[in-house]
Amino acid sequence: MDLNAIGFFVFAAIAVLASLGVVAQRNPMHSVMLLIVSFGALAGLYVLLDAPFSAVTQIIIYAGAIMVLFLFVVMLLNAHTEADAAPPVLGPRGMQIGALLSMLLAVELVWGLSRLGLTWFGNDPATIANISSVSRIGLAIFTTHAFAFEVTSILILVSMVGAVVIARRGQ
Amino acid sequence: MPAFVNPTVVAHLVLIFVVMNLLVLSSAFMVWMERKVCAYIQDRVGPNRVGYEGALQPFADVLKLLFKEELRPKAADAFIFAIAPILSTVAALAAFSVVPFGTETTLFGLLSEPLRLEVTDVNVAVLVVFAITSMGVYGIVLAGWSSNSKYSLLGGLRSSAQMISYELSYGLALASVVMLAGTLSLREIVLNQSGYWFQFIPRWYIFLQPVGFLIFLTAGVAETNRAPFDFPEAEQELVAGYHTEYSSMSFGLFFLAEYVNMVTVSAVATSLFLGGWLGPLLPDWLGWIWFMIKVLAILFFYVWMRWTLPRYRYDQLMEFGWKWLLPAALINLVATAALVIWLG
Repeated sequence: MDLNAIGFFVFAAIAVLASLGVVAQRNPMHSVMLLIVSFGALAGLYVLLDAPFSAVTQIIIYAGAIMVLFLFVVMLLNAHTEADAAPPVLGPRGMQIGALLSMLLAVELVWGLSRLGLTWFGNDPATIANISSVSRIGLAIFTTHAFAFEVTSILILVSMVGAVVIARRGQ
Repeated sequence: MPAFVNPTVVAHLVLIFVVMNLLVLSSAFMVWMERKVCAYIQDRVGPNRVGYEGALQPFADVLKLLFKEELRPKAADAFIFAIAPILSTVAALAAFSVVPFGTETTLFGLLSEPLRLEVTDVNVAVLVVFAITSMGVYGIVLAGWSSNSKYSLLGGLRSSAQMISYELSYGLALASVVMLAGTLSLREIVLNQSGYWFQFIPRWYIFLQPVGFLIFLTAGVAETNRAPFDFPEAEQELVAGYHTEYSSMSFGLFFLAEYVNMVTVSAVATSLFLGGWLGPLLPDWLGWIWFMIKVLAILFFYVWMRWTLPRYRYDQLMEFGWKWLLPAALINLVATAALVIWLG
């Protein structure tokens, strides 16, 4: 087995175990940290796929910025177990529906992934250099996918304005 | 002998070992320099008993710390409390791994392939530095939270708010240099700064990006939690902030991380704005001496500032970060982009 394959299995195992831990943990702080570990393992997988730019943005945006906000909230609530933070919203019936929906999602995912070919981007070095080049990614985002990019930015703006409005409602 | 044991690999391993130990040593040196400089600023002598002019004082301090008892509050989260200082130190040391500090060398013909004087050369080095710096906040935040003490928690909260606020300006200052250089590799950015204007002004980016340099230095002070932005550990308000409950060497690790972070920020500033290892007079293979001189100059500036300026108030810090530094960085970025397109 070559190093790439070993690396894949190590990172994949870490990602899966850490993600399971996020759900299974009772302590919200530990959940947050396990999620960071899972993001780190994902970044490792990106590096193995010759996509260092995606790996680094993954760390900067998800592990670096978003999870700090999560930590911030957990710290401000000073919750040591999940029960402190919020009582369970769903009754037993809700739980059953939730379980059903998540199983549906799992089946859908497996079905979707099995239909996807194994080599999506091709294996020749030229294509790989193309998709991992920062300037290529930039050009693709701002030309081919400009509409989606702008729509996403408006979405984020709307949620920011919403947060400000909710925060100031009482005043 | 397996195929992967060859002089190049051994040289790389030696390089990693040397860089890591030099970083740790440099933080010892920084502690000494900090105490000496602050002493002279306050018209005192400073440490002068252990070794020449107190040069061995940091080593004596570390020995003392190692023999101290390790205390942990009863209500602390034991696991997170233990790993927080380690996270801080690892993040601080790791960020230096992509900083180049010299040209290629064959060590006087010892190696068949030239060895680059940096731990690793990745083509997104600038972003790697940014990513690892942003991970540094976890050590502090987790230390503050896991101690289960109000001073620690306040220190940790302040630290995360401060780092989120100043990271933006820090990143925008980085981006303006990246636009000038047209590359994300620190080595190429340094090499782009070789040569002179009018035979005597070095082509350093500080002359093209004076505003960017100032923003980077300011945000760098905030990122490393140094005075006048040392709110996470403001002694007069928070006892010692996030490391109030730490003792022995885990306390020492936070100190180590703080000083290594300073060295890293200075080294990155040197590579981005001051031409890295490039300099006149010395031959190419001694470029690392220039690198050290420039890094030392910035470090001295940081120490000088700490003992000269009083701490801001917390709301002033936030106002400065969001209302002044961030707009300045944005304008600088847009202006740089416009000039690069217009002239390039």
